[in-house]
Amino acid sequence: MEFAELIKTPRVDGVVLRRPFLPTVEGTLCLTGHHLILSSRQDNTEELWLLHANIDAIEKRFVGSLGTIIVKCKDLRVIQLDIPGMEECLNIASSIEVLSTLDSVSLMYPLFYRPMFQVIEDGWKSFLPEDAFKDLESMTEEWRLSDVNKDYSVCSSYPPLVAVPKDVDDDTLRKAAAFRHGGRFPVLSYYHKKNGMVMMRSGQPLTGTNGRRCKEDEKLINATLRAGKRGYIIDTRTVSVAQQAKARGGGFESEANYPQWRRIHKAIERSSILQESLIKLVEACNDQSHSMDRWLSKLEASNWQTHVKEILTSACLAAQCIDREGASVLVHGTEGTDSTLQVTSLAQIILDPACRTIQGFQALVEREWLQAGHPFQQRCSQSAYSNSKPRCEAPVFLLFLDCVWQILRQFPCSFQFSQHFLVLLFEHTYASQFGTFMGNSASERSKLNLSQKTVSLWSWVNRPQEVERLSNPLYEANCLVIWPSVAPQSLLLWEGVFLRWKRSSRCLDEAYDEMVHIIQYNKELQNKVNNLRRQLAQLETEEPLLQTP
Amino acid sequence: MMEHIRTPKVENVRLIDRTAPRKAMVGTLYLSATHTIFVENNPETRRETWVLHSMVASVERPPTTPSGSHLVVHTKNFQVVQLLIPQERDAMDVQASLARLSRPEKYSELYCLSINPNANKEEREESWSFLDLQADYRRMGVPNNLWVSTPANSEYRVCDTYPSELFVPKSATPPVIVGSSKFRSRGRLPVLTYFHQDTLAAICRCSQPLSGFSARSQEDEQMLEAIMKSNPGSDYIYVVDTRPKLNAMANRAAGKGYENEDHYANIKLQFIGIENIHVMRNSQQKISDVGELKTPSMGDFLWGLESSGWLKHIKAVLDAGVFIAKAVAEEGISVVVHCSDGWDRTAQACSVASVLLEPYYRTMKGLMLLIERDWVSFGHKFSHRYNHLEGDPKEVSPVIDQFLECVWQLSEQFPCAFEFNERFLVQLHRHVYSCQYGNFLGNSQKERRDMGLRERTHSLWPQLWKDRAQYANPLYRADHTQTQGMLRPNTTPYCFKMWKGMYNRMEKSSPPRQTPTDLLTAVREETQQLEEELTNHQEVAPGGTAQPGTKQEDCNPDKSGSN
Repeated sequence: MEFAELIKTPRVDGVVLRRPFLPTVEGTLCLTGHHLILSSRQDNTEELWLLHANIDAIEKRFVGSLGTIIVKCKDLRVIQLDIPGMEECLNIASSIEVLSTLDSVSLMYPLFYRPMFQVIEDGWKSFLPEDAFKDLESMTEEWRLSDVNKDYSVCSSYPPLVAVPKDVDDDTLRKAAAFRHGGRFPVLSYYHKKNGMVMMRSGQPLTGTNGRRCKEDEKLINATLRAGKRGYIIDTRTVSVAQQAKARGGGFESEANYPQWRRIHKAIERSSILQESLIKLVEACNDQSHSMDRWLSKLEASNWQTHVKEILTSACLAAQCIDREGASVLVHGTEGTDSTLQVTSLAQIILDPACRTIQGFQALVEREWLQAGHPFQQRCSQSAYSNSKPRCEAPVFLLFLDCVWQILRQFPCSFQFSQHFLVLLFEHTYASQFGTFMGNSASERSKLNLSQKTVSLWSWVNRPQEVERLSNPLYEANCLVIWPSVAPQSLLLWEGVFLRWKRSSRCLDEAYDEMVHIIQYNKELQNKVNNLRRQLAQLETEEPLLQTP
Repeated sequence: MMEHIRTPKVENVRLIDRTAPRKAMVGTLYLSATHTIFVENNPETRRETWVLHSMVASVERPPTTPSGSHLVVHTKNFQVVQLLIPQERDAMDVQASLARLSRPEKYSELYCLSINPNANKEEREESWSFLDLQADYRRMGVPNNLWVSTPANSEYRVCDTYPSELFVPKSATPPVIVGSSKFRSRGRLPVLTYFHQDTLAAICRCSQPLSGFSARSQEDEQMLEAIMKSNPGSDYIYVVDTRPKLNAMANRAAGKGYENEDHYANIKLQFIGIENIHVMRNSQQKISDVGELKTPSMGDFLWGLESSGWLKHIKAVLDAGVFIAKAVAEEGISVVVHCSDGWDRTAQACSVASVLLEPYYRTMKGLMLLIERDWVSFGHKFSHRYNHLEGDPKEVSPVIDQFLECVWQLSEQFPCAFEFNERFLVQLHRHVYSCQYGNFLGNSQKERRDMGLRERTHSLWPQLWKDRAQYANPLYRADHTQTQGMLRPNTTPYCFKMWKGMYNRMEKSSPPRQTPTDLLTAVREETQQLEEELTNHQEVAPGGTAQPGTKQEDCNPDKSGSN
């Protein structure tokens, strides 16, 4: 077994573990291929069971022969291990370093994980594009499911099946794909049942500096417009960024070639800047100075909240075009795998009540992120503490979750799930025993045969007990479009993630329990009263019979 | 007041929604002796907007436009009413009228004193007996064998800004009381404000000593000694000077200052660093500007929040309360609190400490009593601070605003610990300024007595109590663990938020947001009705049919401590 070579010291006794909000524990530290385990060996319960993949960075300190390892996790938790013996400490540290940065996909934990729970419904089969398309077919006949990408040859980051306008043939799609970044030709993202308007997404058009055009691309997107109607193209980049892209072969749709479309530019930052922002935000949250000025200025300098606001604003714009203006929308940035997906998925949260249910939100993540080719593995291989130079890492999905949390906070009764679900997704994108977020595209997941070799996160989430844990007690199905406020005064720091390990949530948890209690008690009483009413009604119908001789 | 109304009625006025300027209501504007009233023309809705004259902070008139003259009315509780009046002449008249009506020159012009005192005589008299401050001292266990009531200040002989009834250490003799009072700014000697029955430690309050660079007073030293001895378990006391140390030192040049630790045996001096009223006044102006920014970027907003300094000041006040509460409850050490005059920062620090220490002050009645004690009875200068009459603008400062905000910040950290909701705090804030009731008029107990307010006005407290259903926090439960004992808030900067319900209220047109408070309140009301129905059914249908209801008590949230 390869792991054994990497583990220099598999076991150390007398290790002291310090964690936020929990009492200090002394016990035995064990390293396995995938886990760091600390057990006090009392009644055989493991006090700590940490995936190496969750470790973002470690620091070593020595006082005499007592070594200390500070373990900084991708879920932003920081724990401390005091290890007696310098050699043991060094061995453990170097083993953790190696084990937490293994590049080989074949060694990843989901491939080794065997579920301890009974899989009732296989999550890998829960959200198939064919099934999603059946819903669409029931609403409109203007779209078809194309398998032009069945062997991933037209677009390596698209799934084998995509929804496209019925009147556009596969050949046109192939030509349009050649004109779009990464072969990401415009495909259907969302159909607004209320007025038949649609949202599409794609990569940037490859116009280059000399203004190349592609008739098939124009035909493809024009096919989505009703006669005499104009559509909107939302370019998630600023005009100047989009202009600069021309020099590298990219660009944007010109008015001349797309006269039926109005282009609007937004300013969502590219991923490397988002990563920097996350690092600064987490650093601000860890500041010990107790100075209000310092905190607020660091919070501002991190720009995190600015990103949240910008992304939400862009999503509101897309939703507005569709619902209020009655126009169809095409969304893209550069690659069409990051800011594009933030906008299209959030717009659906705003527009479509189904996306605000537990199942519907999973379907949204599956459709708009996993199938749509967001490169999870690249984006989430490091988090806020990592010292190594970021390559493709970026908290794109975390920002999406943050935006969902903002809407959830503003509409606390409109979501079937609570923020626990969002936090759970955040954790599992960075480190997981499930295969759902492995790989960077449907094609990669299929090559790794993950649906056979790993368990899906959805298999875990959709068990009744987990669904209950993730449910929002205040939920009352709301079939309306919900318009969040994007005013800075309305947007808060997501405490559930960024302050989770900094301040105790005990009092807030108690309030949550109290809320659940109030609602449950009300439901119990309702049942009782309804029973009684029924019995009374029964008695009343029986009594006259008794009285008549 | 009627003579100040230049034009009682203007037609075709537009009430503009600042978030959606195109959505204006057209209607008629009326000026009455007490209110500005806008009535919408639309016969179906006829929505009315009322603004009390005493709530008006300013009326601006930007340059006239082709469509008419705008009037922007800012209220003292941070609401903005924007009107468009077709004729410039009318706009100028309304502005001039409001400018005068909103700045009364005499108490008799105030709303609460303009009503006939004999109209509801019995109700009025009853309203003033709703709260009993002496009963609250008795609830704390005072007087007792350590703390006694002194007649020294009857007829306000030693201090005209203190209440007539004071509690002092049993061992403090009349000469010590009088001597100590002479050595304190404005005669505000150290007296008891809160007594902690579990530890026997006390919170005392006073003003700064007249120590200058070298002066001392044997009686004042004996007074602090007596306070220490009134707490049998301790051998020192804390003297908390809530000012920044530099300010306290500067006061020495004016013959005031702080206690010299060489002269007072067994005291530990602690500076907290709450800024003065002028800094706070400017800071609040800035935070309210931040709340009113129309379409700020996130950077504008956060920068504005930081540069206003407001949250920093709120943190300082809360930190002061935390220091005092910990000293009293955890160390069992008595604390003497002062600032300069002992009626602003001292009131803040003492009342925040009481809220932290004592569950009772987190109930509606308890908070009323606390305000009545630490603010009203101890001579917080309400009429000066909240600009009840046209006066010195340098005397105005949002001192009690900061206390109420500290309570709000606490309620965000401890959602189950307070009997009241945010609306209660907002309403209290409003009435500090509104002058609809006599409670907050004047600047001291003596002034209120001399004005005969109890005979001429009504008290706010029973009115709030009557409406308590709308101020209730549905998560509050008297037997909840969070409700018990002392609150230990986290005062790390990231725990403070801008109080949106105060500084950035929703404008009219935006759809009402879902709030968990309202939803849960509705659920609890329904639950109550269901409980009643269950009981009725059980009475109506005896025997077998009552069975389903017999388990009722097991799951009653008010009776079980199951959490």
